[in-house]
Amino acid sequence: MLIARVIGELVSTHKHKSHVGRKALIVQPLDLDGSDRGDAVIALDAVDAGVGDRVLLVTEGFSAMTSVGRPESPIDMAVVGVIDRLDLDPLFGTPRPHLK
Amino acid sequence: MFLGRVVGTVVSTVKDAALKGQRLLIVQPVKPDLSSTGKRLVLLDCTGAGPGELIYWCRGKESSFPFLPEQVPSDGTIVGFVDELHLQRGR
Repeated sequence: MLIARVIGELVSTHKHKSHVGRKALIVQPLDLDGSDRGDAVIALDAVDAGVGDRVLLVTEGFSAMTSVGRPESPIDMAVVGVIDRLDLDPLFGTPRPHLK
Repeated sequence: MFLGRVVGTVVSTVKDAALKGQRLLIVQPVKPDLSSTGKRLVLLDCTGAGPGELIYWCRGKESSFPFLPEQVPSDGTIVGFVDELHLQRGR
């Protein structure tokens, strides 16, 4: 799972039927220091997350499909949780203020 | 899934039997600001997309599921057109 920020929403009228009725979010994966980790991706929403939320992102098919309740569908990424807080062991540093 | 722009097509005569009749499209991955990122790749299509169109695509085993019960050897398939992107950075 990755930590990510929801930065937008994708509107699509013509898409695979398994995606109908599920929100498609534009999600930017993050490093622990809050910086971008690669490019933004598209993930279906399993928890009613919104723009600006920091979320948990799964990037593998089985977990993504089951979380949105669409088995055997072309879904490889899903938002499966909204993050309230991160606690890092002091031994490994503390999250930057904007991550708290 | 990932954003991409269809930039071309591939024509292939000798191929896996399950790929017969499938459209092979060349896609340039793009960022949400629509600038190019990474290298172009070949994807199958289950939507009827054509060159110039902004699409999103799915990778891995999941990308063969739109064609079930046919077992199509795909590792990347276009699964939807992009009509609009609503972006909001920072908070």
